[in-house]
Amino acid sequence: MSQILHEQEHQEHKEIDAVTGTSTTGHDWDGIRELNTPLPRWWLWTFYACIVWAVGYWIVYPAWPLLTNSTQGVLGYHTRSAVVTDLAELHAQRGPMMDKLSSASTAEIAGNPQLLDFARAQGRVAFADNCAPCHGAGGGGAKGYANLNDDDWLWGGKLADIEQTIRFGARSTSDKGRQGNMPPFAGALKPNEISAVADFARSLSGLPAEKGVDLALGKKVFADNCAVCHGPEGKGNRELGSANLTDKIWLYASDKATIEQGIKNGRGGVMPAWQVRLSEPTIKALTVYVYGFGGGEK
Amino acid sequence: MTELEALVRQSEVKQASANAGAATLTPEFDDDDVPLYAPRRQIYPQSTHGTFRRIKWIVLAVTLAIYYLLPFVRWDRGPNAPSQAVLVDFSNSRFYFFFIELWPQEVYYLTGLLILAAIGLFLMNALAGRVWCGYLCPQTVWTDLFFAIERFVEGDRREHMRRDSQRWTAQTYVRKGVKHFIWLMVAWWTGGAWVLYFADAPTLVKDLATGQAPFAAYLWIGILTATTYTLAGHMREQVCLYMCPWPRIQAALTDEYALNVTYRYDRGEPRASVKKAEALHAQGKPAGDCIDCLQCVHVCPTGIDIRDGSQLGCIQCGLCIDACDNVMVKVGRPTGLIAYDTDLNIQARREGRQPVFKLMRWRTALYAAIIAIAGGIMIFTLATRDSEGISVIHDRNPMFVRLSDGALRNAYTIRIVNKQLKSRDFIVGVDGLPASLVDYVGLAPRADGRQLVTVGPDQTKEVRVLVTDYSEVPPALSTPVLFNLIDINSGAVAQMRDHFFGPEEAK
Repeated sequence: MSQILHEQEHQEHKEIDAVTGTSTTGHDWDGIRELNTPLPRWWLWTFYACIVWAVGYWIVYPAWPLLTNSTQGVLGYHTRSAVVTDLAELHAQRGPMMDKLSSASTAEIAGNPQLLDFARAQGRVAFADNCAPCHGAGGGGAKGYANLNDDDWLWGGKLADIEQTIRFGARSTSDKGRQGNMPPFAGALKPNEISAVADFARSLSGLPAEKGVDLALGKKVFADNCAVCHGPEGKGNRELGSANLTDKIWLYASDKATIEQGIKNGRGGVMPAWQVRLSEPTIKALTVYVYGFGGGEK
Repeated sequence: MTELEALVRQSEVKQASANAGAATLTPEFDDDDVPLYAPRRQIYPQSTHGTFRRIKWIVLAVTLAIYYLLPFVRWDRGPNAPSQAVLVDFSNSRFYFFFIELWPQEVYYLTGLLILAAIGLFLMNALAGRVWCGYLCPQTVWTDLFFAIERFVEGDRREHMRRDSQRWTAQTYVRKGVKHFIWLMVAWWTGGAWVLYFADAPTLVKDLATGQAPFAAYLWIGILTATTYTLAGHMREQVCLYMCPWPRIQAALTDEYALNVTYRYDRGEPRASVKKAEALHAQGKPAGDCIDCLQCVHVCPTGIDIRDGSQLGCIQCGLCIDACDNVMVKVGRPTGLIAYDTDLNIQARREGRQPVFKLMRWRTALYAAIIAIAGGIMIFTLATRDSEGISVIHDRNPMFVRLSDGALRNAYTIRIVNKQLKSRDFIVGVDGLPASLVDYVGLAPRADGRQLVTVGPDQTKEVRVLVTDYSEVPPALSTPVLFNLIDINSGAVAQMRDHFFGPEEAK
């Protein structure tokens, strides 16, 4: 039977399946035959249309890679220029408000509700892009990175102070940046003196001293070495960015080991100058946004 | 089997029998062993007239008129809102429906609408079968319109079939071209009407005509033109037979009292032509009223034979009822050989009992009750919903902050919602902490710790709120606080609960 079938296949290569009325491929796989259904016409024409489309695409858009370049296409389209166009459109849309933001002082921005809303919206995005890696998404800070939500400002918390710090940074590469260092005292002070002055610093904000430590020695060491920058009462000095040691806020930590470490090795956290990286309206937007975290200083 | 199909089958048989060797291998299929693949049969529905055809024309005219013209209906909402009666305003996140305006957070009304739609469908089905499929479904309405266009250009069933079976001439191409052109125009108009629901209709029409409209508008017109043309012009009954889930669900939801388009075989069988019936009667043999003229098959838009009984392919449009009634009038027999009826009634008539039409059943009562309850809840919530609101987001980083004097502060971002179309003044306050100071960033402080906030018409206003706790006893890990919002003029109140967080150890 199958012998007859094979012969027939070789003769005609055509066999009509009774159920569908379609011819088979003429081959027999262990008794299984396959319908030779033609491609659906709509599919075939779509396929041809795609080929034509592709040829058109080569002509119109950049397509074929060359040695150093590629074919440019008659439309002159370029993804880079498309981005530039889109950005230009965006700038045109925001233009009037951006111009206002550029020309107004931060105080004027804070006094204009409409402009303030716009600036805070801009500031939120700019903060997430530029500031959040160190200061945290909500400006909560981290050890060594200031919490921008509290009311303690090393360099001042008024709008103008914040703007100045953002523009030029602290201990940055900019000449106008905030300057001031906590020098290392490991060579100048003996270990027992460092221990004593660390406890004295803690006592300034009401924290308990370690047992057996001579606070009087600490006070003397403080007066001789620290009061120059931190002030005789330890209230700090914004000109130098020296911390107020009498408040409850600690940039690094309030435990004795951390304080001793700071005294021994010094501290000098860096905030970069953003003037060179960010646009004028962005810096102003950031200023009012950061000011809004905790209400800043009046 | 249609005439054309019969022709095709004949030629197949000829081909198959020419191949004698293969023909001997042809498997025989009985009814239980049908092939899995069914090639499509071209359907040429014949025009008809009568009650149901008239109902279908009216439904078609009304539904299409609503669809095409509704975007142009105006509704005055004052200066602060669009004046289009039905508008989905994506750019401003608003949906307008006559006197109703919905905000994005109120889309749950859509859930209510879906419940109503589903149960409405069930109720229709329990009363009179696939009313939706036969008269109201967009696929049916547009396909019906496209059939009408096809008959207008290509002629009615017989003419169209004859022309299709003949050699194609220049005239054929012109005729087909005209048909597809009109179809595409209708499809294009359908897509065009769709986009008008998403922007101010008169403006958009002008912009579309002058090439000023946004690209998305042209794109969506293109997409809906393509879908309408394909679904109503080419796929037609295939959508009902293979794509739509409802026929499958419908079969599970019906019961013995649901009216369906039914061939009353008690009266129709055995089938016989008029002359043959006379001969049979003369011999004293039975003959039914069905004269087997196939008119019911020829008018069917899905190409089924209703005399085979209730089936998935039947969309119950009632056109076979019209066709059969017309024939019955001509041969002088009572109409209603095909009618809205039930199998129970056929059995009853066979056994000499009275047919029963039971519209009021547990099922229909339950569906009606669900519709009434869901609809009632929707109307009630819509009528009593607040036109103001407050939402609060607590700062996450940091959760709380220690101030230089040791006090604890939490920061919140609140958003005040004004759904009215006029500007409103609200007083905001935070309650729940015994000794606290509340600051509103960017707003002038007030002695009582409350704050006046003005919110523009149909807008929201965001305010950053700093709450500082000065109480002697340190606050717990988490203390509930309540944000209060009061409209100065109307006294309307909105509240939102949140928490004031502190560190784990006491301060």
